[in-house]
Amino acid sequence: MMVNENIIALATPAGTGAIAVIRISGPDAITIVSSKFRSIGKKILKEQKSHTVHLGHIYDGPKILDKVLVTLFKAPNSYTGDHVVEISCHGSVYIQQQLIQLFLRNGCQMAKAGEFTLRAFLNGKMDLSQAEAVADLIASDSEASHQVAMQQMRGGFSLQINELRQELLNFASLIELELDFSGEDVEFADRTQFNTLLQTITGVLKNLIDSFALGNVIKNGIPVAIVGAPNVGKSTLLNALLNEDRAIVSNIPGTTRDTVEDQISIGGVNFRFIDTAGIRQTEDTVEKIGIEKSHQKIQEAALVLYLFDANTNKKKEISALQDKYPLKKILPVANKTDMVKADRLQELQDKIRGVHLLSAKQGDGLDALKKQLLTISNTGDIGKNDTIVTNNRHYDSLLKALEAIQRVKEGMQEELASDLMAIDIREALFHLGEITGAVSPDDLLGNIFSNFCIGK
Amino acid sequence: MFEKEYDVIVVGGGHAGAEAAAAAANMGSRTLLVTMNLQTIGQMSCNPAMGGIAKGQIVREIDALGGYSGIVTDKSVIQFKMLNKSKGPAMWSPRAQNDRMRFAEEWRLALESTPNVDFYQEMVSGLLVKGQKVVGVRTSLGLDIRAKAIVLTNGTFLNGLIHIGEKQFGGGRAGEKAATGITEQLTDFGFVSGRMKTGTPPRVDGRSLDYTKMIPQPGDAKPEKFSYLATKILTEQRDCHMTHTSALVHDLLREGFDRSPMFNGRIKSIGPRYCPSIEDKIHRFADKDAHQIFVEPEGWHTVEVYVNGFSTSLPEDVQYKALKSVVGFENVKFFRPGYAIEYDYFPPTQLKHSLETKLVDNLFFAGQINGTTGYEEAASQGLMAGINAHLKITEQEPFILKRDEAYIGVLIDDLITKGTEEPYRMFTSRAEYRTLLRQDNADLRLTPRSYKLGLASRERLERMEEKERRSKDFVSFFRNTSFSPEDINPILEELESSPVKQSDKMFKVFSRPKVTMEHMKRLAPVADYIVEHALDNEVLEQAEIQVKYSGYIAKEKNNADKLLRLENIKIPEGFDYRKLKSLSYEAREKLEAIRPVTISQASRISGVSPSDVSVLLVFLGR
Repeated sequence: MMVNENIIALATPAGTGAIAVIRISGPDAITIVSSKFRSIGKKILKEQKSHTVHLGHIYDGPKILDKVLVTLFKAPNSYTGDHVVEISCHGSVYIQQQLIQLFLRNGCQMAKAGEFTLRAFLNGKMDLSQAEAVADLIASDSEASHQVAMQQMRGGFSLQINELRQELLNFASLIELELDFSGEDVEFADRTQFNTLLQTITGVLKNLIDSFALGNVIKNGIPVAIVGAPNVGKSTLLNALLNEDRAIVSNIPGTTRDTVEDQISIGGVNFRFIDTAGIRQTEDTVEKIGIEKSHQKIQEAALVLYLFDANTNKKKEISALQDKYPLKKILPVANKTDMVKADRLQELQDKIRGVHLLSAKQGDGLDALKKQLLTISNTGDIGKNDTIVTNNRHYDSLLKALEAIQRVKEGMQEELASDLMAIDIREALFHLGEITGAVSPDDLLGNIFSNFCIGK
Repeated sequence: MFEKEYDVIVVGGGHAGAEAAAAAANMGSRTLLVTMNLQTIGQMSCNPAMGGIAKGQIVREIDALGGYSGIVTDKSVIQFKMLNKSKGPAMWSPRAQNDRMRFAEEWRLALESTPNVDFYQEMVSGLLVKGQKVVGVRTSLGLDIRAKAIVLTNGTFLNGLIHIGEKQFGGGRAGEKAATGITEQLTDFGFVSGRMKTGTPPRVDGRSLDYTKMIPQPGDAKPEKFSYLATKILTEQRDCHMTHTSALVHDLLREGFDRSPMFNGRIKSIGPRYCPSIEDKIHRFADKDAHQIFVEPEGWHTVEVYVNGFSTSLPEDVQYKALKSVVGFENVKFFRPGYAIEYDYFPPTQLKHSLETKLVDNLFFAGQINGTTGYEEAASQGLMAGINAHLKITEQEPFILKRDEAYIGVLIDDLITKGTEEPYRMFTSRAEYRTLLRQDNADLRLTPRSYKLGLASRERLERMEEKERRSKDFVSFFRNTSFSPEDINPILEELESSPVKQSDKMFKVFSRPKVTMEHMKRLAPVADYIVEHALDNEVLEQAEIQVKYSGYIAKEKNNADKLLRLENIKIPEGFDYRKLKSLSYEAREKLEAIRPVTISQASRISGVSPSDVSVLLVFLGR
């Protein structure tokens, strides 16, 4: 609600589309985006005029997240009346999430339901006659988002946060007890135990934060790029996996000029298959863009299916690809096995380690491939694994709670006075409370009175 | 017999009443203080001590605003301690043991020497109300005394009922009658009343105790004081003593449980959880077989002592038998037994932030009548009620302190916004911004505002301005002066803090956790500056706090400023929440009942969610 905070949210409907728009509003909106954006024309974003559009890349450290169009609206001439930046990015949910997370880590907060509109109203961008509509919107949005949150919370997530918060609350109470009742015969917070708790909390928060990436994978599908030379049957494989004519299939090399993606559930795990244009040297401009994109898709993917004609020998290309992406899991797949002799298949298996034999057209080896995808992705555990964070708002709160906990730890090391440490503990409690429900100082006193013998 | 019409009548002469009368009179109102007993003005009904954690800060605030509690405490102090000195400065809390009789006498003398204060001894049995406005009081003799505003500070006297074991009798305090009539009349006007309970321990003869068996609890080696004015500092102090109960004492007490009004259902009202009776402690914390007892002298000369930690309403024979088994109390002689008292209060959500009631104009409540406990809490409300009564009748804006400005602001806002179900006592943890609300800066926070009101004196303001200027200059000195590594490194080494490689500003190294003013003084330029400018301890302390805690202070200030935005958005009086269908049902009910003045206050009401606040903002935002 505070106008000096920078809020971020997806402005287009959730899900995959051709493009998506992410909107950031607040006093530092332009500075924040400027620090992560490199314009194609080497322009410094924050020095640009209002109502201008800029093409460039968003970087997370050295890594390019996406090529985007950034539109600037300077205060007060924007929708909210604050500085507003709109980032038009590629439409995949994965990219949207990556970008939003990047900005959450760099000074933005998830916008609350109706907050952009509310700011617009507060900054005088709407007249009172619109107030009722906005109010209803906030009320209904909060209701809806509350329900979504509650659904998410049914897992172990809320339980775990609740337990941690309760333990932290107990320690916070002990600290407050030391402060407000130091003249009395009370027990004091055991610093060693407290340190252990802080370590535990740090560990759990870090795990939860890490699981956010995993959570997204589960929610949005594990990205699998299908690459290979033109006309090795990538689209055919995709269609076979999807059981529908999703990609255009023909025998003219280079038919797939853009990437095509779709989701398929295998053994309860979502995979997001990305069909790419074939990788080869080409003069065709449109196709060139497609090839460029293929490399980008490999970057994004958790797993790469390298598809090649069973009649060709691609050992070199495979190791070249692996050298280029040393950290990616690459699965070599020899397609069109229905077109070769049996001894060739034996030869392939001997020469290329871990090769998978497939006839996408006939469906031979398709089930085995699916099974292998499951094994490789090693997600047998993911489903029943601990707790997974999937909500941006929760992610935001977890990050802030972790920050506060780190400050408490520093304070402990520096033997900071406990009343000052309590400021950070309260902040951590507050952010954990954002996930499970509010916490107030009354909580602390209530806890003290019910657990400790106080009073002369 | 009386003036035709007073400006303000204060009913009650306890800590709240005395401060209310002083404040109204000092601001220029013709004031009458009516009390049932003029001999008990400023009586310390429970322990002979002022201040303590969070409460000490309140007394400093009262003093900074020009109230009398700090001065009266300083004049009657017999022991001084600054509690929590090992914690951060926000926790430093002054506490004084007082000579009970001297304290009351100093209050009486202070009021007598205040122009505009008249006194009258009698019970007030009712209010004179015309339309929606109070116009005076009626006494038990049937006298009508007219006034433009009334402040009620009835303490525990409204239908007070004292319990000792199975005996119960009407009374407002040991040996004093209860007051009747006011509650009944107010409930007829539509006020809601409730009952609360509190208790007090036995008083005993100090000559019958064996102090050699107890641990002495001396005051500070360098005692400080409460008032920012030039009151005297203690040179000689009286010790308190500590002893403890035992399993045997607990067994003896348990024998009387069936005759305890706490346990046999005779007392139904709620007492303070943080100030439990001894029977409550051994009942609720059965695994503890010893509780601390502090023996506090009641004055310089009297032999009477207060047995802190032994508050009880058990039958007097059980009290006596059990206390005799406490180490050092083997031959104890009682002056009087402990007791519990039940009294009427009015849930404080029926008040405005000025402490004026919502139902009856120009009627103000302060102290235990609002459900609080403690001399300091009462005195601060009395002061604020006195100020606001004067402002009301002179048609000025009310004086309201915010939560980031004073503990007094936290106290009153909590009462008005959240109400209270048990006697409300201040704790530092109730304040969101306690780093800002320190005992060392109450004058800086509040004196200029009070001076503007016409309450704090010119002298008070000048002392504060002098302190502010000198400490600011000293902080600038630390910001602008550099040290050399050779000078500072030996000190850092001693503190096991990492040495510095190159020269830097003093502010930086002073900010390190273990480095204190004492260490900095060892640098020649610092020592020279102190001598040259003849800086006193108060300035040194102020500068040290502002350097060492600047990060935390700035952070809390920033958080508080964020809230200020909401604080500035007022909700019009009589706003119709029922027409806002977007509000949740619960929020609508609560908002209708409490009628917050600002959006910020609305956000603190339990049951009002952030989305409800957004909805309100939309309607009132601009």
